Amino acid sequence: MNPAARSGRIAAAIAVATAVLVAAPVISIIALAMQPAPDVWQHLIDYVLPRTLLDTTLLLGGVGALSLAIGTGTAWAVSLHEFRGRQMLLWLLPLPLAIPTYLAAYVYVDLFEPLGLVHRTLALWLPLQDAVRVLPNLRSLPGAIIVIGLVLYPYVYLSARTMFQFQSAEFAEAAKTLGAGRWITFWRISLPMARPALAVGVALVSLETLNDIGASEYLGVRTLTVSVFTTWLNRGSLAGAAQLSCFMLAIVAGLIAIERYGRRNVTTEFSAESPRLTQRTPLTGIKGGCALAACLLPVCLGFLVPLWYLAHQSFKRGLFANFDMALWRDAFNSVAFASLATLTALLLGFATILAWRWRPNTLRSVAMNIAQTGYTLPGLVLALGLLAPVLAIDNALNTLAGWLGRSLPGLIIVGSGAAVVIAYVIRFLAVPTGFIKAGFERIPRDYDDSARAVGAGQTMTMRLIHLPLLRPAMVGAVIVVFVDCLKELPATLLLRPLNVETLATSIYQYASRGSFEEGALAALLIVAASIGPVAWLTRFSDIPSGPA
Amino acid sequence: MMNFRATAATAALLCFTAFGASPASADGEVNVYTYRETKLIQPLFDAFTKDTGIKVNVVSASSGLEQRMKTEGANSPADVLLTVDIGRLDDAVKAGVTQPIKSVVIDEIVPAQYRDPDGHWAGISMRARVIYASKDRVKQDKITYEELADPKWKGKICIRSGQHIYNNGLFAAYTAKYGEAKAEEWLKGVKANLAQKPSGGDREAARDVAAGKCDIGIGNTYYWALMMNNDPEKKPWAEATKVILPTFEGGGTHVNLSGVLLAKNAPNKANGVKLIEWLVGDKAQQIYADSNYEYPVRAGVAVNPTIAGYGKLTADPLPIAKIAANRKAASTLVDKVGFDN
Repeated sequence: MNPAARSGRIAAAIAVATAVLVAAPVISIIALAMQPAPDVWQHLIDYVLPRTLLDTTLLLGGVGALSLAIGTGTAWAVSLHEFRGRQMLLWLLPLPLAIPTYLAAYVYVDLFEPLGLVHRTLALWLPLQDAVRVLPNLRSLPGAIIVIGLVLYPYVYLSARTMFQFQSAEFAEAAKTLGAGRWITFWRISLPMARPALAVGVALVSLETLNDIGASEYLGVRTLTVSVFTTWLNRGSLAGAAQLSCFMLAIVAGLIAIERYGRRNVTTEFSAESPRLTQRTPLTGIKGGCALAACLLPVCLGFLVPLWYLAHQSFKRGLFANFDMALWRDAFNSVAFASLATLTALLLGFATILAWRWRPNTLRSVAMNIAQTGYTLPGLVLALGLLAPVLAIDNALNTLAGWLGRSLPGLIIVGSGAAVVIAYVIRFLAVPTGFIKAGFERIPRDYDDSARAVGAGQTMTMRLIHLPLLRPAMVGAVIVVFVDCLKELPATLLLRPLNVETLATSIYQYASRGSFEEGALAALLIVAASIGPVAWLTRFSDIPSGPA
Repeated sequence: MMNFRATAATAALLCFTAFGASPASADGEVNVYTYRETKLIQPLFDAFTKDTGIKVNVVSASSGLEQRMKTEGANSPADVLLTVDIGRLDDAVKAGVTQPIKSVVIDEIVPAQYRDPDGHWAGISMRARVIYASKDRVKQDKITYEELADPKWKGKICIRSGQHIYNNGLFAAYTAKYGEAKAEEWLKGVKANLAQKPSGGDREAARDVAAGKCDIGIGNTYYWALMMNNDPEKKPWAEATKVILPTFEGGGTHVNLSGVLLAKNAPNKANGVKLIEWLVGDKAQQIYADSNYEYPVRAGVAVNPTIAGYGKLTADPLPIAKIAANRKAASTLVDKVGFDN
């Protein structure tokens, strides 16, 4: 067998194995859903679905639109323009990702509700009761849209940025000679060409919003996910909850299919990569100032305000002075789980897409699509689904050890924490696959053909052409997955071994008792653990400006 | 990229050496799965270890622990399951992951009302679902749950989601007492009295009252004590309100139960029973009362002064098992009347 065919088979084997891994919890949820759940659906249809479907749609639409606007706008500004403060923005813009949605909801409600900081400040000028009237009601659908959108826009930002960076100079110049200004070029050229990446970003935002439960409940918005948990926990129907999850999965799959169908005749591949990159337009004076201010606004609201709040609370409550040493151990656990999961997800995602790129046959294409389904399940549902397959292996090992007359090893996968890493990989695999696929879609196949013409094999093409061109996409994926893993709560809670806490579970310990502020320090450590990799990786994702 | 790989590989290695698989059964250890937050019960476990020399290993979660135990099956390391709600006690027994505790100590100390008739679970502490009323605007010192549907409170009540487990317990108790039709009527009445859409948590109920959005909020006993004693920033919220212990007409105050169960496949059963018995002992009950602000289940243990300040608690005599049996109906009614809309 020639080397190219061999590496192709290896990639395909990994792709299939990955698909099996991701499918395992989904199948186990489907199996649960097969059990009868009498009267669950009649109830849902009569009283729940009409309202929750509407609320969920509005929430998803609102958050999607807001994050699309912020994410695309900021990515376009920093990718195609040069202005004072740009370097700083490059690593600040992704950071709202480090703020868990429920924490952002809590911080903003605390600040803006009556008796909060904003109210007390207003009361310096206004009578207390009048000041109440001008406060926004954040515990509402619009409030939820704003709060959630402000911390989730980086998904769009990161995926859009990978596209805008490789903005071809030729297109922009062609537009310019035709008399189009910067805005027209943005609307007619940059935006349509970035569509695959934007679709990935918005899909991630929507799924994250759909799966959120803490922030929605707190802000009084009833989403489908909330109904999944009420069906399970209050009405005692795990089967019904599983069926509702499958229903959600079907809706998501449908939406993704519609987006793909809408894009069926649009190819963004051809010549999208010009050997000559666009030169970043310098913005000076007032224009530069405006660009900086516009980009700083979402950073302030999505990151700096929550950060300030957490630091303030930690300081005020003496959390720094009486530093809980156990937090270092929790931080270590968080970083270890997250690094391991990120690396695995990146490798599996890359191999899966590569297999499809090399030979896009049905098997590989199906494998690729399955690899992205993990994100559609709420974290806790995924964890529940993962219990059965993982513990089947664990229990089988014990039975085997028993037969062989060895001492029982106990539950190895769950007991070692590997189950947590597996859950992260399955849940977040959609990020590297999505990012890398969108990246590949902009690398014309001509390149592969040219490489082959000069005698380069598949592996060499991958190393010398694909990897360098995919670097921004991969860096973006690593940032998203790593930070997402640090924040992940429901699966971590259910699957972690005895005596193991992470930063996220540590925050939860306080949050579930209503005192979020006591967990402020743990939240700060999540932010701290995110800043390092984000700042460091951002260096690799910024490619030099094209020649003048 | 090389650097990144090296870092990640090191992390992987560290990860597995750090955690290692721990054997389920070990002398002098007991494994606890808990719905109560680890940080809250750690002082209790530390005291237990000091008293008995038995090490306590813990994992806490918000839901799904009985599913985990069920799937782990015979190899489950769990010895003891701690819950903070009636519903979870019931779920665990239904999932078939428990066994009767069979302890004379438990039977003697825990009142029959707070024990499973078949011995699968025992209560260890209680919290009551009460009213945070505005000191300025609410004159009465007594109130009934039935009264919450009285139109005189129109636009004056604040409460969190009707599907939240605390409210689900209260509504289930109402349903158990009066039947579904009357409960629906009552829920409609309460809904009509709400000042705003159900949202936030129990602390926000006090805050909303303090801010003048509503006159009465509904919350658990310990939240108010925590705001009053442990959180200077939230103290004004508690100070603007007074806690009234509501009662059912001709009954008492709705209480929810923190309970304990013995795992069916407990590898360290003897230690598990020892822990359960220790948890209803004088020392543990006092820690529960003082650091968690709960009502101890053991007679003769003093209630924390702040909690005692609410007045004497007369718990409603409705059996816990009956409340658990009506959770589903209560949840269905909440959707039916559009309580959270």
